Amino acid sequence: MSAWHCPNCEYTYEEEVGHPREGFPPGTPWSEVPDDWACPDCGVRDKVDFEAVD
Amino acid sequence: MEAHAEHLHHHDHDDVEVNPAEWSDGKRFAWLLGIVVPLAPFFAYLYWSLTGFGGFWFMGPFLVFVLFPLLDAVVGMDPTNPPDSVLKYLEQDRYYRWCTYLFIPIQYAGLIFACWLWSSGDLSVVESVGLALTMGVVGGIAINTAHELGHKRASSEKWLSRVALAQTGYGHFFIEHNRGHHVKVATPEDPASSRLGESFWAFLPRTVAGSLRSAWEIETARLDRLGKSAWGIHNDVLSAWAMTVVLFGGLAIVFGAVVLPYLLVQAVIGFSLLEVVNYLEHYGLRRQKREDGRYERCLPEHSWNSNNVASNVLLYHLQRHSDHHANPTRRYQALRHVDEAPQLPTGYAGMIVLAWFPPLWRRVMDPRLLDHYEGDVTRANIQPRKLDRILARYGRAA
Repeated sequence: MSAWHCPNCEYTYEEEVGHPREGFPPGTPWSEVPDDWACPDCGVRDKVDFEAVD
Repeated sequence: MEAHAEHLHHHDHDDVEVNPAEWSDGKRFAWLLGIVVPLAPFFAYLYWSLTGFGGFWFMGPFLVFVLFPLLDAVVGMDPTNPPDSVLKYLEQDRYYRWCTYLFIPIQYAGLIFACWLWSSGDLSVVESVGLALTMGVVGGIAINTAHELGHKRASSEKWLSRVALAQTGYGHFFIEHNRGHHVKVATPEDPASSRLGESFWAFLPRTVAGSLRSAWEIETARLDRLGKSAWGIHNDVLSAWAMTVVLFGGLAIVFGAVVLPYLLVQAVIGFSLLEVVNYLEHYGLRRQKREDGRYERCLPEHSWNSNNVASNVLLYHLQRHSDHHANPTRRYQALRHVDEAPQLPTGYAGMIVLAWFPPLWRRVMDPRLLDHYEGDVTRANIQPRKLDRILARYGRAA
């Protein structure tokens, strides 16, 4: 499974972990996260700004 | 502030590697002054006991609206930044976060003490109102402390943030601010960004109602994704308000219903103090829309800053607002002055007082905003109702 990280802060979305509090249970693929979802930590970057982590 | 002189040379050498052990923070111990405001009810009691002068109950408003504006004028500015190489070291130093944690027990000891005083019958009505204003100022400054804590990743700090907000019933702030205001800042859609031509008194009801609606929408959208009802304990807006209900209810049970009107007054004063700070942070500033329909990122030019030392210490560097919006999770001690940011003529404390008098505010701020946009008023965030009048007054053939 893959991960995407916020280009502004230290937050990383890992599909394995998801973000249950935000409504994305573990295993939620990144493609199911809405485009206008903002970084849950800094709030100033949206999903579309996130970068894939190799 | 002589101590800053010896650090000045660091300001110009941000790129030079500095050993954290060799760098010292000139403001390090000044941050402890943040607890002066929550201590106000205790000092008021002490001086009132010693002198019998009831004016001391108004100490909170006196501190923030009279003393700090004067201190800003006397102490002056400090644009120095910690060198980049010590930022990480500075952020992980736990001393700084304890300065903010310390605020909260003193805040609530003061609130309990105030309730005891209101119920004691020893104070006249005017003195009780003075104490309510003082507690309102404590509650408003507590929202600033909550703001610092609410931006942090750790759930313990987020929880402390909610505790600090309970006194003013503004628990929805930590949701709306982080996920609403920071996303929409300096756009016409943000309830907490004020507009050119909008007086503080017009802004106040708009931001209070708009922020509440925004918090509710953000939280119900989250609960919707979780498949949960908006009307339950999982709703952070409701659970934060419940904290206030329990707090006020508990205080009324212990000290009697007599404390309730004062608790309400101080809560309104407290959140109005937060909102007047919101008013001056982004007045008239506007992010432009890009071709793809999204707004340009929030840049340093979208927040009003100030380097006045006294207000910066009082408000945990809140006035280094551009860096805060660029890096919302950055801890206060590491926030930096940014050269490109528009600067207020004095610290936030003095600007708060100015905001209460719209004609004075306009005279001071409108020309500054216009200068910022090089005379092109159409780039500003303009109050729609005043659009024609503002274009007639400030507009020029482009």
